[in-house]
Amino acid sequence: MSVAIPEGARVVFGRPELLVDRTSSYCPGCGHGVVHRLIAEVLGDLGLGPRTIAVAPVGCAVFAYDYLGLDFVEAPHGRAPAVATGIRRVRPDAFVLTYQGDGDLAAIGTGEIVHAAGRGEHLTAVFVNNGIYGMTGGQMAPTTLLGQRTTSSPHGRDAAFHGYPIPITEMLAVLPGVAYAARGSVADSASIGRTKQYLRRACEVQLEGRGFAIVEVISNCPVGWGMTPQESIERLKEVVAQVYRPGVIVDRTREPAAAGGPGGAASTDAAGRAPAGR
Amino acid sequence: MTTRQAPAPSDAGRTARPGPRHHGRRVLMKGNEAMAEAAIRAGCDAYFGYPITPQAELLEWMARRMPEEGRPFVQAESELGAINMALGAAATGARVLVSSSSPGISLMAEAMSYMAASEVPVVLINVMRGGPGLGSIGPSQSDYFQATKGHGHGDYRVPVLAPASISEAMALTADAFELAERYRTPVMIITDGILGQAMEPVELTFREPPRVDAPWATTGAAGRPPRVVRSLHLEPEDLEKHNLHLQAKFAAIADREVRYAGEHLDDADLVIVAYGTAARVARTAVARARSSGLRAGLFRPITLWPFPSDALRQLAAFVRGILVVELSAGQMVEDVRLAVEGRVPVVFTGRTGGMVPTPGEVVAGLRRPWTTTPELPREAAR
Repeated sequence: MSVAIPEGARVVFGRPELLVDRTSSYCPGCGHGVVHRLIAEVLGDLGLGPRTIAVAPVGCAVFAYDYLGLDFVEAPHGRAPAVATGIRRVRPDAFVLTYQGDGDLAAIGTGEIVHAAGRGEHLTAVFVNNGIYGMTGGQMAPTTLLGQRTTSSPHGRDAAFHGYPIPITEMLAVLPGVAYAARGSVADSASIGRTKQYLRRACEVQLEGRGFAIVEVISNCPVGWGMTPQESIERLKEVVAQVYRPGVIVDRTREPAAAGGPGGAASTDAAGRAPAGR
Repeated sequence: MTTRQAPAPSDAGRTARPGPRHHGRRVLMKGNEAMAEAAIRAGCDAYFGYPITPQAELLEWMARRMPEEGRPFVQAESELGAINMALGAAATGARVLVSSSSPGISLMAEAMSYMAASEVPVVLINVMRGGPGLGSIGPSQSDYFQATKGHGHGDYRVPVLAPASISEAMALTADAFELAERYRTPVMIITDGILGQAMEPVELTFREPPRVDAPWATTGAAGRPPRVVRSLHLEPEDLEKHNLHLQAKFAAIADREVRYAGEHLDDADLVIVAYGTAARVARTAVARARSSGLRAGLFRPITLWPFPSDALRQLAAFVRGILVVELSAGQMVEDVRLAVEGRVPVVFTGRTGGMVPTPGEVVAGLRRPWTTTPELPREAAR
């Protein structure tokens, strides 16, 4: 919807060009919409929309391609980092972004994310962690907190029975191929502002050819958590953020740049050349 | 690509791939290496793989040669990783090869379904080993069901090409890329440990199929609306429409792309049906049978899907019996029975687990009272 701007007025808030104007399938209060908007803003600011090939996950955010005006490939469950690797290797001129939830990235797709990060693929991974399987009805995820009740941990997550939550971003951060890892939050406007900075930096890291970049965003799932949107935001701040602490986890871009790695755009070795003939 | 379309059986289709023959250098090559080089010369833009025997030489050849050509090679963390890298690369319009062996193909089955659904063209080579489970690394054809009826979930088909020599494997590698891109589909080539690892003289003849436009490929939405390569269609009406579109494509492939070869069929009254390595054994068996007075012939499917059912049905009108020979407990024999619809006895001879039947065993399979009720394949396999 476009509105005529009166003479002398200026737009201080609007819909980012890359955010499609349509009703979303996300539940009221869900954090995915905020993260989508941040991605649209950052890619728009950096002028990356026309270069971007994004990879959608399986889960609630499979519909990301309906809301972001980008070329998208839909990956099988958990395989987004492998799909993105394939894109990266044949399209060194593209900007490649993955979007995954916690079941997708930290459970079924653990192998793919670890090895994409280990190879130092020049990818920007957005990882939305709401600690639950939203789309399938609120089951326990690898990131579900101890004590948290879900439809598959009805008496609460018990370490002795279900095992411990997996802090996957901290695990990835120890890999030398990971140039940048940060954790943001959608809990309040200050957190959202910082999350946008992390996302922007994670995109720049790819453009600079520094290696793998990941931004985890802790988010809420009001329906899956059995809460109102406001209650879920309170829990995100008071409980979740105490376990998954926001902030920059590793930033190797402040170290001297290594020679162009095998994984991407800045690579000058044979592995990154564009396919001929198209 | 020249295709054969279920004409009356004759010897004419022996190679089933006529065309300009370039007489290049003849060299000794392993099948795995020859297929890898054929893929490179066919313009393969990227290769993704994972080590598994008996296809490892293919991966190793690509590890050396692709960087020489300035093209991507990635040894993935698993077959899941390899096939999904292929999905991503091919979704941008690149010409992509993946290879593996039986257990690895099982892992790739998930993405095969996604690629068939989202119409992503990838060529996949299965150098089959003995199964089930980890099985053995010996030559086997125990993945016929998987290749032609299954791999992943859902209602789809994938063209399956089965070479019987290394030279044919090279030619079919180029053809597979062309089929994949023409129909926007994964294409599978199945060989086995003998075709993969044995050396034979091959003529270095290569072909690079012409590129086709890919107005669906994800390349970045610059100056055009965004494109999405997807398989999710949550509305039943939408999914049925998409599935009918896929089925129409499969019907077109079945109509146009059937290939087979025949040997000594003109006067044959007993016919062996076999593909790949089993067809090599069968060829020797046919020669021995003929020298002892049996009028035997060989019918060799080259496309396992689409299966040359019409040609076999016509053949059944002229013969006394059909012997199916496979390196399995009997899989393709089911399709042969479906094709001939009881017109003629169909019996089976096979070995499993990496064992290969001798020509003598095959000839013994031909020497039977063909007038009796055909045996069930499991009885024949005992």
